[in-house]
Amino acid sequence: MSLKNKLHDLKMKYKGTKMAPAFNALHTFLYMPNDVTHSGTHVKAADDLKRTMNTVILALVPCLIFGIFNAGYQHYAAIDQTLRLDPLGNFFTWENLTLGAWTVLPLVIVSYVVGLGVEFVFATIKGHEVEEGYLVTGMLVPLIIPIDTPLWMLVIAVIFGVILGKEVFGGTGMNILNPALTIRAFLFFAYPTWMSGDKVWVHEAVERDALISAGSNLDAISGETILGTYAQNQEPIYSIMDMFYGFIPGSVGETSTILILLGGLFLLYTKVASWRIMLSAVIGALTMGLLFNGVVDAGWIKDGSNFFGLMSVPFWEHLIIGGLAFGIVYMATDPVTGSQTNKGKWYYGFFIGFISVMIRVFNPAYPEGVFLAILLMNVFAPTIDHYVIQGNIKKRMKRLKIKSA
Amino acid sequence: MSKDIRITKGLDIRLVGESEKALTNAPRSRTFSIKPSDFHLITPKMVVKEGAKLQAGDEIWFSKTQENIRFVSPVSGTLTEIKRGAKRVITDLVITADSQDAYRDFGKLDVASAKAETIKNRLLEGGCWFFIKQRPYDVVANPNLSPKAIFISAFASGPLVADYNFTLQGKETQLQAAVTALSKLTKGKVHVGIGAETISPMSNLKDVIIHKISGPHPAGNVGTLINKIDPVNKGETVWTITPQDLVIIGDFLLTGKYNAERIVALSGSSLKSPKYYKTKIGAEVSTMVYDSGLNEENVRVISGGILSGKKVEKDGHLGFYDNTISVIPEGDDYEFFGWTKPEFNKISLTRALTFSWLTPKKKFTLNTNTNGEHRAFVQTGLYEQVFPLDIYPLQILKACMVEDLDAMEQLGMYEVAPEDFALTEFVCISKQPHQDIIRQGLDVMYKEIG
Repeated sequence: MSLKNKLHDLKMKYKGTKMAPAFNALHTFLYMPNDVTHSGTHVKAADDLKRTMNTVILALVPCLIFGIFNAGYQHYAAIDQTLRLDPLGNFFTWENLTLGAWTVLPLVIVSYVVGLGVEFVFATIKGHEVEEGYLVTGMLVPLIIPIDTPLWMLVIAVIFGVILGKEVFGGTGMNILNPALTIRAFLFFAYPTWMSGDKVWVHEAVERDALISAGSNLDAISGETILGTYAQNQEPIYSIMDMFYGFIPGSVGETSTILILLGGLFLLYTKVASWRIMLSAVIGALTMGLLFNGVVDAGWIKDGSNFFGLMSVPFWEHLIIGGLAFGIVYMATDPVTGSQTNKGKWYYGFFIGFISVMIRVFNPAYPEGVFLAILLMNVFAPTIDHYVIQGNIKKRMKRLKIKSA
Repeated sequence: MSKDIRITKGLDIRLVGESEKALTNAPRSRTFSIKPSDFHLITPKMVVKEGAKLQAGDEIWFSKTQENIRFVSPVSGTLTEIKRGAKRVITDLVITADSQDAYRDFGKLDVASAKAETIKNRLLEGGCWFFIKQRPYDVVANPNLSPKAIFISAFASGPLVADYNFTLQGKETQLQAAVTALSKLTKGKVHVGIGAETISPMSNLKDVIIHKISGPHPAGNVGTLINKIDPVNKGETVWTITPQDLVIIGDFLLTGKYNAERIVALSGSSLKSPKYYKTKIGAEVSTMVYDSGLNEENVRVISGGILSGKKVEKDGHLGFYDNTISVIPEGDDYEFFGWTKPEFNKISLTRALTFSWLTPKKKFTLNTNTNGEHRAFVQTGLYEQVFPLDIYPLQILKACMVEDLDAMEQLGMYEVAPEDFALTEFVCISKQPHQDIIRQGLDVMYKEIG
């Protein structure tokens, strides 16, 4: 008896039991189910949610691989600054890979195991199928947190994010806030010292500090993000190309703009993500950047000001530093939490870009604002849609009035 | 008078198994079946009992709520069985047919000089009222309401459905009689949509406005026609009627006989020789399916098109409104890594490792597999690509699901029928039953608002 038939028999056996959701989740991963249509259209298009989610994951894989190398590279480069002279030559090395894999993969595994565990528990309790939404969330989470985030924090944050960010609303498709960003926000507000500063972006930097203060004879290492550097009104040591390729400190997967760009193009080409949101978010970010540049050029702000450094960042540079590109491509385009009307998507995207750069510049505690901007716009997305749809409703009302007049 | 309408949003589903343009007389069906479920929200009240002898045109039942809407027998024969379901609802009336049809004579009617009231009563009496449907609610028209316009679409844009340009050939007299009669029943106009690039037997009719329509499916849906010409507002009614039913009405008015003849397209990839058959409403589908022959055993027989038709058994019967029988392979099998492997043989709007966009002219063989499991609505922006009406599809579906009557009304529920959501259902990534959702939404509205 073939594997297919054996699994089919097991499926029949578990049908209606508490085991069914868990079993089906694994079964449908291996085989697309034998469900047939009953009413309505008798044939269906090829795409299902698994395929859609899988496409997003494929688009994230390059960022993950790069993030693994970068984790190692940033660590060794912080110890030996000369490595930075030839980033390309010193990047794809075995040392970087092993160190990176050793630090990044646990984050990925913990994120998936804990998150999917919560999903399985909820699916079993509520008796519905395990939904695919977390497959993307679970991949996003390790890519948007600092490298040395303790695993126990991640566990708590993931449980919090999945339950309060998604399951309480009814699961995938019903949530208001992006679950990955809810997890990120939880970490940010619950453990702020682990989420910002010049130590958290490089592997072992925090540990070393502890050892040094305990009396060990070691050199302290650090790696400030570019935004952090600007926030202190200093010039970053990295070249534009470093920023574009991603040889800079930052959250695990957010640094390489070129790979994010490729991932974004892939998502647009496959028509999985909305080009309207991506384009308008870029326009929004550039607009805000230009406004700030204008303020600086007009001399309204002195170079002693707290905001001078970030305000004078060339407007286009905002796109290649920090997490803006990553947020726009992978998280603003989440169809569930974003605007659902085509017209609404333009406003939604624009404000994400616009507010991201605004928060980034004005936030005194933490010079990054993408995740806050997206969460904020998640909340406002239904309002945007409401006004867009009102336009349609008004048109219909007007038609009726002309008729009855 | 002619106006052109161009549809840009939509999707032409190209499938293997298009019917050959050759007309065959189907073998005489032994039994005929009438399913009251074809007439949504109508409860039948029987006039005759089991065992009654019937001529074609003899009354069998009438509508419980609207007693002058009468249903007449499509053939002559004996009413052999009244099948009932839960709560004694009549599910099926089976007529065992005589070998030849004898017709009840209603008398000829001079359509040109007849008054509206006479025409209406004649249609009600002769069982032809069931062919006239109304919007809102997509149900059999209420004869007490006067429609603001009547819409007819003679452009068959759906996949594998009967081509009106073929089935209506030579029926111009009947069509003309029917549209002239109908034009007297409305204060407004009779609008007829025809395909822009084809020659339609309807293009030279009088007493109507002809609209040339081009673009992908659902350009030929009557709902699209209504939306582009004169959308239904609250409190208004429009009537819709299909061209093949016009032929029956026209024939009925001209000859006085209820001749329920249907030219049916038998199509689909599972058939050996898909072609057109001449038969009657309610006939056994097996008379045609086995005449054509099957390529495989595990098939789905659908009375109607593959997008909005009803599943019937192999010994089932042709539905009242249907002019197509589709036979496609069942998809009740597992597919190894089917959710992620590159897909060349299925249709997709996206390019998520699906490659139907590479071969826009290719004809596909689709089966009934859902290609994935039912989920909550997730993806957005996809429906709008195939939905030409000026309505927000996702939002109206959600309004129906939560039975928010105000939102349904505001978003345009009076304008739609389930078939308008067939394409959004086809492309739906979450595999939601859009047409069922809309039908239930309409039912709730009908119950609450009326």
